[in-house]
Amino acid sequence: GPQSVNTIAVLGFKRRCRELFKQEKMVPVLVVWLALCLSGTWAVDRSNFKTCDQSSFCKRQRALKPGESPYRALLETMELTNTRLTLQLINDNNKVRLLLELYRLQGNMTRVKINELKPLKPRYEVPDVLVREPPTEPIKCHCLDENGVVLSLGVESQRVIVSAQPFRLDIVEGHNVLMSLNSRGLLAFEHLRMRKDTQAEPEAENKEETTKEEEEKVEEGMWEETFKSHSDSKPNGPSAVSLDFSLPGVEHVYGIPEHADTLRLKTTDNGDPYRLYNLDVFQYELYNPMALYGAVPVMLAHNTQRTTGIFWLNAAETWVDISSNTAGKTVFGKMLDYVQGSSETPQTDVRWISESGIIDVFIMLGPTPKDIFSQYASLTGTQSFPPLSSLGYHQCRWNYNDQEDVRSVDAGFDEHDIPYDFIWLDIEHTDGKRYFTWDPHKFASPKDMLQGLKDKKRNMVAIVDPHIKVDSNYKIHNEIRSRGFYVKNKDGGDYEGWCWPGNAGYPDFTQPDMRAWWASMFSYDQYEGSMDNLYTWNDMNEPSVFNGPEVTMHKDAVHGSWEHRDVHNLYGLYVHRATMEGLIQRSGGVERPFVLTRAFFAGSQRYGAVWTGDNAAEWDHLKISIPMCLSLGLVGISFCGADVGGFFKSPSPELLVRWYQTGAYQPFFRAHAHLDTPRREPWLFGPENTALIREVIRQRYTFLPYWYQLFYHAYRTGEPVMRALWVEYPQDPATFAVDDEFLIGRDLLVHPVTEEGARGVTAFLPGKEEVWFDIHTFQKHNGAQNLYIPVTMSSIPVFQRGGSIIPRKLRVRRSSACMEHDPYTLFVALNTRRTAEGELYIDDGHTFNFDNKEFIHRRLFFSNNVLSSVNVAPEAQFTTKSWIERVVILGASKPRKVTLITADGHKSQLDFDFDASVSVLTIRKPSMNAGEDWSMALQ
Amino acid sequence: MFWYLLLLWGGISAVEVQRPRGVPLSKRPFYEENKPFTCLDGSRTIPFDRINDDYCDCQDGSDEPGTAACPNGNFHCTNAGFRPTFIPSSHVNDGICDCCDATDEYNSGAECQNTCRELWRKEKESMQKLAEIAKEGFLLKQQLIQEAKRGLEEKQTKLGEVQNSKKDLETNVEALRTAKEAAEQPEKEAKERHLKELLGGVDKVNTAAFETIWSKIREKYVSEVRTQTPSSNTDGPAPVETPQEEVREPVSDNDSEPYPDDDIPEEEDEDEDEDEDEDMDDGDYKVTGFDYILECLPIFTKSLFSSAAQKARNEFEEAERALREVDDQIRNLEKEISFDFGPSSEFAYLYSQCYELTTGEYVYRLCPFNRVSQKPKYGGSETNLGTWGKWAGPEGNVYSVMKYEQGTGCWQGPNRSTTVKLTCGKETVVTSTSEPSRCEYLMEFTSPAVCQEAPDLEVSDIHEEL
Repeated sequence: GPQSVNTIAVLGFKRRCRELFKQEKMVPVLVVWLALCLSGTWAVDRSNFKTCDQSSFCKRQRALKPGESPYRALLETMELTNTRLTLQLINDNNKVRLLLELYRLQGNMTRVKINELKPLKPRYEVPDVLVREPPTEPIKCHCLDENGVVLSLGVESQRVIVSAQPFRLDIVEGHNVLMSLNSRGLLAFEHLRMRKDTQAEPEAENKEETTKEEEEKVEEGMWEETFKSHSDSKPNGPSAVSLDFSLPGVEHVYGIPEHADTLRLKTTDNGDPYRLYNLDVFQYELYNPMALYGAVPVMLAHNTQRTTGIFWLNAAETWVDISSNTAGKTVFGKMLDYVQGSSETPQTDVRWISESGIIDVFIMLGPTPKDIFSQYASLTGTQSFPPLSSLGYHQCRWNYNDQEDVRSVDAGFDEHDIPYDFIWLDIEHTDGKRYFTWDPHKFASPKDMLQGLKDKKRNMVAIVDPHIKVDSNYKIHNEIRSRGFYVKNKDGGDYEGWCWPGNAGYPDFTQPDMRAWWASMFSYDQYEGSMDNLYTWNDMNEPSVFNGPEVTMHKDAVHGSWEHRDVHNLYGLYVHRATMEGLIQRSGGVERPFVLTRAFFAGSQRYGAVWTGDNAAEWDHLKISIPMCLSLGLVGISFCGADVGGFFKSPSPELLVRWYQTGAYQPFFRAHAHLDTPRREPWLFGPENTALIREVIRQRYTFLPYWYQLFYHAYRTGEPVMRALWVEYPQDPATFAVDDEFLIGRDLLVHPVTEEGARGVTAFLPGKEEVWFDIHTFQKHNGAQNLYIPVTMSSIPVFQRGGSIIPRKLRVRRSSACMEHDPYTLFVALNTRRTAEGELYIDDGHTFNFDNKEFIHRRLFFSNNVLSSVNVAPEAQFTTKSWIERVVILGASKPRKVTLITADGHKSQLDFDFDASVSVLTIRKPSMNAGEDWSMALQ
Repeated sequence: MFWYLLLLWGGISAVEVQRPRGVPLSKRPFYEENKPFTCLDGSRTIPFDRINDDYCDCQDGSDEPGTAACPNGNFHCTNAGFRPTFIPSSHVNDGICDCCDATDEYNSGAECQNTCRELWRKEKESMQKLAEIAKEGFLLKQQLIQEAKRGLEEKQTKLGEVQNSKKDLETNVEALRTAKEAAEQPEKEAKERHLKELLGGVDKVNTAAFETIWSKIREKYVSEVRTQTPSSNTDGPAPVETPQEEVREPVSDNDSEPYPDDDIPEEEDEDEDEDEDEDMDDGDYKVTGFDYILECLPIFTKSLFSSAAQKARNEFEEAERALREVDDQIRNLEKEISFDFGPSSEFAYLYSQCYELTTGEYVYRLCPFNRVSQKPKYGGSETNLGTWGKWAGPEGNVYSVMKYEQGTGCWQGPNRSTTVKLTCGKETVVTSTSEPSRCEYLMEFTSPAVCQEAPDLEVSDIHEEL
């Protein structure tokens, strides 16, 4: 998608900046603009973004070193109801009191909230992220003495030990400490205070408390700070919060996306902490902790015994430090410790620092990875169930020039017999970057264009960004302004910043009535030229402000009664949400929406898809797409993809082909390219490359039933679609850091080729008990081994797990909708016990009717040489025209005969082929309807 | 279900030809009713009832010509009344009408109309139109060829003449040179004398002294010399630059604006700057102060010099200029004569012409065999979209596409280039321009020179019958 500041330079300085010169009254901004225009280089300009040292609260907080906490629990203030414990904490240095709230939540979670007991004014508590007020479970007080309290949690043998002085919390199970809070004494809470230079009117009743103010040291950056040319007026002064967590026995932590880094998080002792602050980072660099477009403040910790999670519900700028007592040790050193018995328990310590708000943390206690997914899903919801078509292939480019261009690209797919479902329009389709409009010359009759696509059962996505051109002839702007829906600047006027349209306002999406109005703009009568096969893309919603600090909004901008500082990381989620609601409403709540977003937060999974932003056509960017999407999957966001081919720069044909081969096996499969790059539709690189790309896109389409079923599961359970290996093999440490391969669901293992000129890859096949079948050759391999696989340009190492049944549709057509009624082929891969199991999920593919039980959900299983299909949702009703055309059994032996028994008891003999060289049995045309009961006996 | 009937209008009598659905008539013999069928690739033999039974048995897809069962199959649309065609099996019963006779959607619920006759009518109409254009265009083309032929002859004659006159001019120049040198002898002595007075003698000159003086008077001389020295790009009688030279030296093009790696001066597109660049690149000024003074002295010490010498000099220079002009003329003529203007030189008439197209934002200008450019409609400087590169049509039709290359560089991108597609038309016009990919322009251009002899409509591949 279009991105930041320096892009202007990439666009061609002349073209863009000249346009700006032409516009009137832009002198003040021009200076900034020019500076930006002139600073284009290929790598990220790090100086545009803050380090911890340049962010005053991070610097202040990080300066605190582990030691004895100044906080003491005032046990006499303890109040325990059935479900809630409250307790005051006092900071012995400044006498400021905090209020601790502790809840036991259903599903093995503990919530810890800490706020000021009497803040000068309310502190921000993040709304709209939790799907509901989390249901609680009773807490019992076990024993209480002057040193602390022991609470039992729920029915399990878990306890929370609250130590009074210094204050700390330990969550224990049996004799094991699972997690400790403030064990390193880094709890910090910058209480709100009066500005020194203002005449405070001390409240009479608070005499004692006002005196303490004198002890507070005023440090630089507390009341105002500047970054580059931007100043932050900080009217509320310092307000940071911080807390440390110790994880005994843990050496692997994951999550806290979005970072362009490895799956396993690194320790941050020798550099900056991981940063969570939604930013439009131009040409981001890989393998570092810099903030990117989205932020999900959720970390998972894992060892062979248990998985736990920390959800830090705070939407302000946040930094996360990670340290480990084993990080510096070599494998040999660890072994030595072990042999000598001198090893201290490995431990990972993390510390969260946020600029404002309160401490509101959900401790998810697993114990399995799947428990964590379900716990987190119970808090923030699950992946929205996307329309089936959105799991197909998406063809995007900045920009398809006009309707004729769209028509000819669409025709190109037919000409080369390559399926696709969506063609995308970037910002140039609008009338002067006024969203919800069409360029009157290039897209003069959008409905004709959309109808043309619809005639081929295809769809379109058009971009709608949240920056609104300030132009009194623009309806959207006028309405937002007159309704007072814009974000305000610190002085109370409408906040204005620079983005694609030039001067732009930013609607305040944190306001429910603003969101409702925005959603109504997507109705067919408001959004002229739109039709039901037009969907939406929200870009630049960090928000991106070209002339703002760090290319985003000023922190002292105002959203109702809150500062932008408080809500920053939520802004993109709200934009995404309002847009999604618009797409639902326009169909009267019937049709499922599809909205792609670049910025996101915890809970964004409920609204649609995300992508990894403006990557580059480089091999390392192809590689990083795997850990980036895996990390998102771990925190609930399954519908993830990277721009296939790379957004910036131009890929070699080899890189492009390899990227298609990788992207076809990732959840969101979209090719995209920068305006300045040469065209790269799949057929532009010679017949051989066209054939390679066609083949892999077609493979994607054959697996659509499996993808769809996995998304249904993600919607039901929160389990990621694209999965890190350790999620399925949590007791095998060899899987813990693997991020050059991944699982789709449980049953497909993918090791993409991501090296230039590769002759082979070494894939790790997990599971001592497992066997894996190459999906192309049907060759069988044992699990728990590193397998060297020679590769050619056509190779995509993908394996189906023995013990699984995957339904596929091998009749690939020009779009997913064209394949709706086509028959299934069942791929049954037998494990060493000669059993297999799978599912078949079918619905209409595009409405919410599945919520009214209009679907088919069947369990397929093979044991004792019988393959059966049974209904696992007998209460559900749906009929399909699809039938079973073929059953392929991998790892089979040759039967004498194959008998089909249908629901009515009718028996018939089936034809089959047996390929002894790979032990593959292909059963010909059993022909039963996919929604029926049946079984098939091999004799 | 497996069979369908075809009505053939063979003149008056209608014939029914039975064959499996999706099989072209030419392949009918392979599908013999009720006999085992061997896949067309010979890979296996299957019972006849497995043809079009909606299950793929043959790897080559030949057993399912009429269904979507095989991933690599093809379905034959007979399209009676129009043109028969093959569509991929994946388009059979996908709910989208592909064959104009609607035969591909026999079981999908899609309501397809038979549009073959209508298509045929439309195609016939448009082909007739095209044929008319081609016919007229082809006539025009013959004229163009004749004109080109005449033009070529004229140019050859002219070349001969000019080559002859060149010999005379050379003789003349030599004679005047001798006269000039003789006349200059007294003057040379005066100059040396003057130099000695001014600078203390040529022998003793040290460079530093000259540089000091030079720095003081430089401004004056620069401005004087500038106004008097013909510059290659002013309106004076400058030699005509030949397009081919431009191709070889794209850097010297007026509009080339190579961007520095990181810094872009904000006014870099101002016209004056470009002119200045141009001037500064001119070799005449790459002289030291010392040379400069020597060279310029004659100008400001004019009074010292004899009018006789001046006259001889003027005459000599005049003759030399005449000779240079003739040389240029010869070069241009030779170039034009040898230029590839198509098989019969039918494109010669485009040489030294320009054609414009105005769009919403820009005025595009195509000067065939020279350059393509773009200028903002409402002011602003021109951008070079490429200078003549080559004929670039596909084999067998090389003269259908022109390629203009090495235009102004795009920031961090390639140099601009333009592909010009030529189609037959009565008029010579630029009909459209687009930028399909950043900095790669596409121009549609019609000209009678590409018209082929009008095709005979009756023998076209439209088929009324099968």
